[in-house]
Amino acid sequence: MTDKVLYIHKPFLILLILTLIPFSAQAAIDTYDTPNDGGNSITVTWGGEVIAQSRDKFTSLDIQRQKVAESAGWETAAVLPVTDSVFVDDSVKDNIPYKYRIVFSAPEGEALIFESEPVKSSPQFFNTKRLNVLIGVIICCVILFYYIYESRKGKKFYLRPIGGLQAIDDAVGRATEMGKPILYSAGRGKMQRVATIASMNVLSSVATKTAEYNTPLIFPNSEPVVAAVAQEVVYEAYLKAGHPDRYNPDDVFYLTDSQFGYAAAVDGIMVRRKPATNLFIGTFEAESLILAETGNSIGAIQIAGTDSTIQLAFFIVACDYFLIGEEYFAASGYLSKDPMVLGSLKGQDWLKIIVGGAIILGAVLETAGIGFFSKLFGIG
Amino acid sequence: MYRRIPLIVCFIFGAFMLIQFFVPHRVSTEFYEMTLEWAQIIYAFALLVGALMLMKHHAVNATRKSSDDRPFSIIVIAGIATMCIAGLIWGHGEGTVFNWFFQNVQAPMQSTMFSLLAFFVASAAFRGFRARNTQAIFLLIAATIVMLGRVPIGELISPVIPQVADWILNVPSMAARRGIYIGIALGSIATSLRVILGIERTYLGGS
Repeated sequence: MTDKVLYIHKPFLILLILTLIPFSAQAAIDTYDTPNDGGNSITVTWGGEVIAQSRDKFTSLDIQRQKVAESAGWETAAVLPVTDSVFVDDSVKDNIPYKYRIVFSAPEGEALIFESEPVKSSPQFFNTKRLNVLIGVIICCVILFYYIYESRKGKKFYLRPIGGLQAIDDAVGRATEMGKPILYSAGRGKMQRVATIASMNVLSSVATKTAEYNTPLIFPNSEPVVAAVAQEVVYEAYLKAGHPDRYNPDDVFYLTDSQFGYAAAVDGIMVRRKPATNLFIGTFEAESLILAETGNSIGAIQIAGTDSTIQLAFFIVACDYFLIGEEYFAASGYLSKDPMVLGSLKGQDWLKIIVGGAIILGAVLETAGIGFFSKLFGIG
Repeated sequence: MYRRIPLIVCFIFGAFMLIQFFVPHRVSTEFYEMTLEWAQIIYAFALLVGALMLMKHHAVNATRKSSDDRPFSIIVIAGIATMCIAGLIWGHGEGTVFNWFFQNVQAPMQSTMFSLLAFFVASAAFRGFRARNTQAIFLLIAATIVMLGRVPIGELISPVIPQVADWILNVPSMAARRGIYIGIALGSIATSLRVILGIERTYLGGS
């Protein structure tokens, strides 16, 4: 592309030179450092009456650039349709001044050329299009910190009863009475998922209870990292309960990362070992219903909690108890009664009120034809 | 001390991940990409640990004569050994023994498991749609309209049915889903902050 030569017929050359000055005045070619990026990018825009009127006459549009400092020749940066009006050049170097020109040309040789002022590219340290997100994060942090601070000072917060979490005690008790194991599954989420971390918190509470009651806890995993973390979490829970001797590392194991391989293996464990209680707490995909229906068929009491809203419907149908939405993330505070965690739950409630208020206000303003409020929430 | 170091590492990387979302500078993006590569390396090693864990688990089962899982564990170990031998001797590209086993054994078994979902959906729907109370009746009616609206026969009965089905999915169902999404998002933010600040440390093994 760089050796492409732009032919301009001689008879038109004088005319072209004569017409360039008035055209430049009437046509707008603007070049600027692409905003909110990591550098190496210049944006070229063009428009104006002359360009708009000339578009029908020309068939080709070349974007050419030149390094100002080296006084080098023009090189073609791109060939675009004549209807385009913006070009982002991502192949420039930072802090080097470039000049751009746009060249409209016709098959007969007629051409229109517009040249820009020199411009430099540079990286930015803050994406201004995400300022609204930053403000939102700050509001979240301030509210959560305030309630965590209040709880550290000793303030008590009320936490409404959550059926799914209250049932965990009964479920563990049932398994103990029946002399059957408890099956725990964290689904297919990776360890870096918040839902998996929340699942480990629930696992710790469940493992503490199974350690006290001496009930086997089976935890097949589809993620090796989760399996390693879960082994540590369960062992620590048994240690905390004062029964490290009851911990069996073979009960917390890795199976496979194949989705349906995992479903088949867990189904097999359910059918053979017939756990009295199944806990599905984590991120699930299409295997959710296969697991929950098999659990249902063996008569296990089933408690599910997931951040996958699509799978929630399946769990609601096939399980006895389920944790919806924020209930799942509240499980840690609910089970551990840690005042700092409970404080953050109170903060979550206030955030929900703020979000709810913003939604109502946005709906009212949009209905009234005022769109500025909803635009505040756009993310760049 | 052995717990403080992971907490410091968690705080540094958690705070960095939060900050880098707002910083487009290439130093930030390059470091972000590097941490993702580190995560991949950790995963590769963890996969090795997982494979060893799997072998140990099944080796214990296979050697225990009283174990009910014994035949299954023997099959798992035989399967792993077969695939390892096939892969190491003949490679794993197109037309190899490894690929043949994958295409003709593992893939059909996975498809079989997936196809079971159809029967499970039917049995779950039968249980879920029983009209036991007013709410269940509403659920049954809504589900019937949505199911009819998604298949050609629904439009044959009445062109209104697909429109009503779309309305149910896009208005009341969407409203409920968004409510759940907001709860999940706020819960995720609060949990993330607790983890970054070291308030939530169960994932390290104990509190």
